[in-house]
Amino acid sequence: MAQNGEIRYLSPVAVDFKKKKYCRFKKNRIKYVDFKDPEFLKRFLNEQGKILPRRVTGTSLKYQRKVSTAVKRCRHIALLPYVTDMMK
Amino acid sequence: MVRDYETVFILTPVLSEAQVKEAVKKFKDFLTSNGAEIVNEENWGLKKLAYPIQKKSTGFYNLFQFKAEGSIIDKFETELRRDERIIRFLNVKLDKYALAYSFKRKDRLSSASKEEK
Repeated sequence: MAQNGEIRYLSPVAVDFKKKKYCRFKKNRIKYVDFKDPEFLKRFLNEQGKILPRRVTGTSLKYQRKVSTAVKRCRHIALLPYVTDMMK
Repeated sequence: MVRDYETVFILTPVLSEAQVKEAVKKFKDFLTSNGAEIVNEENWGLKKLAYPIQKKSTGFYNLFQFKAEGSIIDKFETELRRDERIIRFLNVKLDKYALAYSFKRKDRLSSASKEEK
C-alpha cells in the first residue's frame, strides 16, 4: 500500500478547521460605535454583561476600544445592566 | 470653538406628559439662550431601565444633539444636576464619524416614522 513512503488513512483525517475571525467593523466599514443601541452592543458581552475579550470576538484593537467606551456609556444611561445573569 | 455634542437624559417616571414636555422645553430654552443650536431632538418615551436608579425602574428618555461653544457645557451640566426631575444624564462630544452616523440615524428614523403614517 504505502509504496512511496506515503501514509494512507482509511477514513479522512479530522483536521479541525477553524473559521478565521475578523473584525466586523473593518469588514463592514463601520466607523462609529453607537452607545444608544444596546441590542448591537450585546454581541460583545457575555451572559453576565461583561465585555468579551478581543481574542473571542476578533475585533481589532482600534474598535475594541470604541466598543468598550460605548458599552460603558450605554451602562451609564441604564440601557445595559452593570451586572446581570442570563442576559441572552 | 463650536463643537457638536449629544445629551441623553432620563426624567423621573412620576411626571405627567405635560410636565415632561415642560422639562424638555426648559433645557432646550437654556441651550438656545446660551447660543447653542439644536440640531436634533428625540423623545424615546417611557422606557424600562436596565437597573433601578433612585428606586425607580422606568424613566422618560430624551436626546438632544446640538452645536455649541465648549464653555456652556459646564453650565448645562450644573443645570442638569440641579434639577430633581433628572435621574441620569450623559453628555458626549461627537467626532466626525459620530456626526455622520447621527445624520444617517436621523434619516432612518424620519423615514421609518413616515412609513408608519
